[in-house]
Amino acid sequence: MKKSKSTDAVLVTAYLQGDESALSTLITRHKQRIYSFIYSKVFDRDVAEDVFQDTFIKVINSLKRGKYNEEGKFLPWVMRISHNLVIDHFRKNNRMPKFENNTDFNIFSVLSDNSLNAENSMIKGQVASDVRRLVEELPDDQKQVLLMRIYKDMSFKEISQQTGVSINTALGRMRYALINLRKVIDKHNIVLTD
Amino acid sequence: MQKMYSRPSPSGQVNKNMVPKDQTVTFLLNYSKALRVFDYQNITFETLLN
Repeated sequence: MKKSKSTDAVLVTAYLQGDESALSTLITRHKQRIYSFIYSKVFDRDVAEDVFQDTFIKVINSLKRGKYNEEGKFLPWVMRISHNLVIDHFRKNNRMPKFENNTDFNIFSVLSDNSLNAENSMIKGQVASDVRRLVEELPDDQKQVLLMRIYKDMSFKEISQQTGVSINTALGRMRYALINLRKVIDKHNIVLTD
Repeated sequence: MQKMYSRPSPSGQVNKNMVPKDQTVTFLLNYSKALRVFDYQNITFETLLN
């Protein structure tokens, strides 16, 4: 009874002097708090049990090797060890606590990121610059129509007004521009896909 | 009826009265009794006697 009222520091000192029951008192005193803390992170009884055991194995090893200097902070010290072991556990399993999906609702359909990843955005940039260079090779009249239609997003009516040719001529130039581009791409075996 | 797309965080469900199994605690106490650490000429030896 007297022992259960002793402070952690007194118990640690007694343990270091060979009193094994002091450790028993320390574990009994703090097991609920430490175990609940571990369980609140891992949500698995078996894993929590393992981490709890590893925590106290480390505690015992450190105490017996004399690596623990008493500063009245036994519990925070043990909590820190268990916290580190929880981190090790997740690092080893290479995952963090999973969000469990319900079958009828997938959170990632809301959270998904539609932007391209680094590789795809590089490929996209290269393809765009390759196409731009191919366009430069076209005859001027075709190039002009293609640039207005594709890059400036103008209608054929606007193009015909601005270039002073009929709509049909503009359409024809656009058609030949695309045919010529395809020819050049086929001829040089250029791959323009991502 | 309104459809709920969320549920309480599991952290709210943790029972604060959870304790490890007795066998885990017993194992730790036995481990402690079995472990001996001693120094000899600046070398630290550890023995585990079961």
